[in-house]
Amino acid sequence: MPHRPPPAVRRAIIALPFLAAILLAMRLDRGPIRSSSDSAHPGFVLRDETAAAGIHFVHHRPSFDPKIAGIEPHVAAVGASVSVADFDGDGKPDLYFTNSRFGEPNALYHNRGDGTFEEVAASAGLADLNRPGEGVSMGAIWGDIDNDGREDVLVYRYGYLALFRNIDGHHFEDITEKAGLRRWVNSNGAIWIDYDRDGLLDLYVTAYFRDVDLWHLTTTRIMHNSFEFATNGGKNLLFHNLGNGKFEDVTDKMGVGSTRWSLAAASADFNGDGWPDIYLANDYGPEELYLNDHGRRFVLTTAGLESESKSGMAVALGDAFNRGRLDAFVTNISERGYIFQNNNLRLNEMPEEKRFRNVSEGEIADAGWAWGAQFGDLNNDGANELFVANGFISADRTKSYWYAMSKIAGANNRLFEDAASWPPFGNASLSGYEPSRVYMNRGVAGWVDVAKQVGVTDLYDGRAVAMADLSNHGAMDVIVANQNQPAIVYRDFPDSANHWIAFNLVGTRSNRSAIGAEVVIESGDLVQRRVVDGGSGFASQNDRRPHFGLGSREWVDRVVIHWPSGTTQTLARPPIDGFVTVIEPRR
Amino acid sequence: MSDATETAAVERNPISRAWRRASEIDPRYLIAFLITLVLVAAQLRYHMLGSYDRLVLTLAVCTATEALLSWFDRGKVVNLLSAYISGISLTLLLKPQGGALWPFALGGFLAISSKYVLQYRGNHLWNPTNFAISALLLAAPDRVSILSHQFGNDLTTNLVIWGFGLIIAARVGVVHITLTYAASFLLLNGARAAAFGQPMLPELAPITGPMYQLFVFFMITDPRTVVRGRRRQMVVAVLIALMETLIRFGSDEGWPLPTAFNAAPAILALATVGPIAKFLDLRRPRA
Repeated sequence: MPHRPPPAVRRAIIALPFLAAILLAMRLDRGPIRSSSDSAHPGFVLRDETAAAGIHFVHHRPSFDPKIAGIEPHVAAVGASVSVADFDGDGKPDLYFTNSRFGEPNALYHNRGDGTFEEVAASAGLADLNRPGEGVSMGAIWGDIDNDGREDVLVYRYGYLALFRNIDGHHFEDITEKAGLRRWVNSNGAIWIDYDRDGLLDLYVTAYFRDVDLWHLTTTRIMHNSFEFATNGGKNLLFHNLGNGKFEDVTDKMGVGSTRWSLAAASADFNGDGWPDIYLANDYGPEELYLNDHGRRFVLTTAGLESESKSGMAVALGDAFNRGRLDAFVTNISERGYIFQNNNLRLNEMPEEKRFRNVSEGEIADAGWAWGAQFGDLNNDGANELFVANGFISADRTKSYWYAMSKIAGANNRLFEDAASWPPFGNASLSGYEPSRVYMNRGVAGWVDVAKQVGVTDLYDGRAVAMADLSNHGAMDVIVANQNQPAIVYRDFPDSANHWIAFNLVGTRSNRSAIGAEVVIESGDLVQRRVVDGGSGFASQNDRRPHFGLGSREWVDRVVIHWPSGTTQTLARPPIDGFVTVIEPRR
Repeated sequence: MSDATETAAVERNPISRAWRRASEIDPRYLIAFLITLVLVAAQLRYHMLGSYDRLVLTLAVCTATEALLSWFDRGKVVNLLSAYISGISLTLLLKPQGGALWPFALGGFLAISSKYVLQYRGNHLWNPTNFAISALLLAAPDRVSILSHQFGNDLTTNLVIWGFGLIIAARVGVVHITLTYAASFLLLNGARAAAFGQPMLPELAPITGPMYQLFVFFMITDPRTVVRGRRRQMVVAVLIALMETLIRFGSDEGWPLPTAFNAAPAILALATVGPIAKFLDLRRPRA
């Protein structure tokens, strides 16, 4: 360099971009400059109508063996669940909430059809499920296990599974013992899945803690053995429905006994081979995908899920970008300054690439300490929105457990595997008072959080999220079960100019609930797929009637239904702005 | 045994031979080997990187910045090995929100350019990686966090890294800094826990974590930013541990510290104590 400036000048010249880089980091910390035009017009409103609907459910968290009292707020931070089922077959979806403290009842809300609900759990025999020696409820899934036209229910607990047969649409009979399902599982999730396509709903139960009795512990070494790669959780279980009122444990035979602290499961035919697969969201570990090999066994496949090992809390399935595929959204933990595990939006490329591709970025990547989530077209414009519940433990606002957590999270596993080694929780919060997120889908422009604009402002510790058209008015209402706090029902009021269509599927060769059926609609340039939900999100189950927004499209060209039996049915030009009942062809 | 016999015995012993040969290698190559080992182990065992684009980007920015600035400032392109070490360290330590890549680019640039801007008497004061991470954690806490537990928490990985780390630190001649810091951490935080009635193990636990493995082998021992003299180096290591203990005390007491101090107390302790010690050291006349 022939004419180099003096050293001080050279340093000053270098200092300019150096300072600019620091300023740029500060600017980028504030996030991108948003285009407010889109977010100001989400095209729907969510109105809290919980009280008006007569829903007064408050969840109560459990209390465990005093030996783990130091971290009880952490261990006992689950159990608020909600599932949707038309248990009396009157065409209107009802709601079932679980409670988690001994003596506190679960609640079954019967939908009167006039916007109000009546609590009937006690008379139905589904209230008193939280008892010493039996366990406390963590969630429930509904499905017609005997194909008698009435939805039965399985309640999973930290404790014994409990299966109830729907006798007459009003009363339930405990058939757990007879069904061979009286198993102690510390479970936070379960799904119905007809894995062998025999027309009977089989049961997959996820396990979190291994099968210890959390009220009578013989050891405090019950925690995970890694914060990102733990394998010492409870063993997930698969039960085959034999059709005679009994279930058989086929976990090992089918190869689905993951011990990865599974918090949630969801099922769909991801690779398009006609057989339902299982997707797991695991806490303290990577997600897992079990591909169904023609009902003979499941094969654990990496599918690109192994490289971002995190804290999976929920898995929601939906067609994120109208590709006619079911993509997976898996929630995780983020806390400013401490950790960004980032939610995953995994695009399904299984049929071609045999993998999922994570495209999560921007706002949907970081919702906070995210729990339940569901896809749903809240504005009926033809693209799915995402509702994400957030917040772990809201206690003393002035005390955070994050610093204490940071001490132990990086430690050697022998230390934190022992619950007694953890710093005592006290009355600290841990990612508490976080708002729910409502992400509006703007296609290639990304997702934008419109929660405040549409009226979602609560700061409860959200857990389960379910979507249902509670008034059969062509809109996806959102029900959130909050941990140790009141549940909320948000009524959805979409732009009235938009059209919609929904389907009421009745299986014949398939299970009567049509759980696992996949519906693809084609309307001009719109192609979208949904699956009839046998349990998804976190501790939740959606309305079994697939709902599609159509925007301004005034007809649907074609509907293709892939029934769990393997039958494919095509409908041409079905009527819109209403429910279409479809009975599976018998042959 | 005569000297000649001893020498011959050493030459026959392959471990001794390797040890002697290692002493002839530029220390930066040993450090580069160790950090590469950590990277490869972390990726193969835990898929820790998430994606390779962040590694490529950080290395590219670090080496390009080093090449450009050294050419501009000194009229020649310097050895890029330290830029490589900074690049790997940053890739491992930075955990941004939503898989964003800009923290790696800005971090790489800040790390290397800090060596050319934050100087005293021709020497840089901050360990480049330490500076970049501290700056990003303070400037962008909503978008950037630091490695905490992504190494999997298992004993085998800990032992491998500590084993290789100690051997290489000994060969490079900085193991006394590592051991002094580790001992000071244990003593001071143990004393803090005892004094305030806190459970002992959680207070000692952090040093077994992955962030500390990178900290004690690649930051606090950086030959370019440590002070002169073995004893002084040990005193500074104690002071850094002392500052960290103070930060941890403040975090326990709920002092209104920026989140960076709570999330990465060791990093911030080095970022505050290290440059002052180096500055004072540079003011001392050379022996």
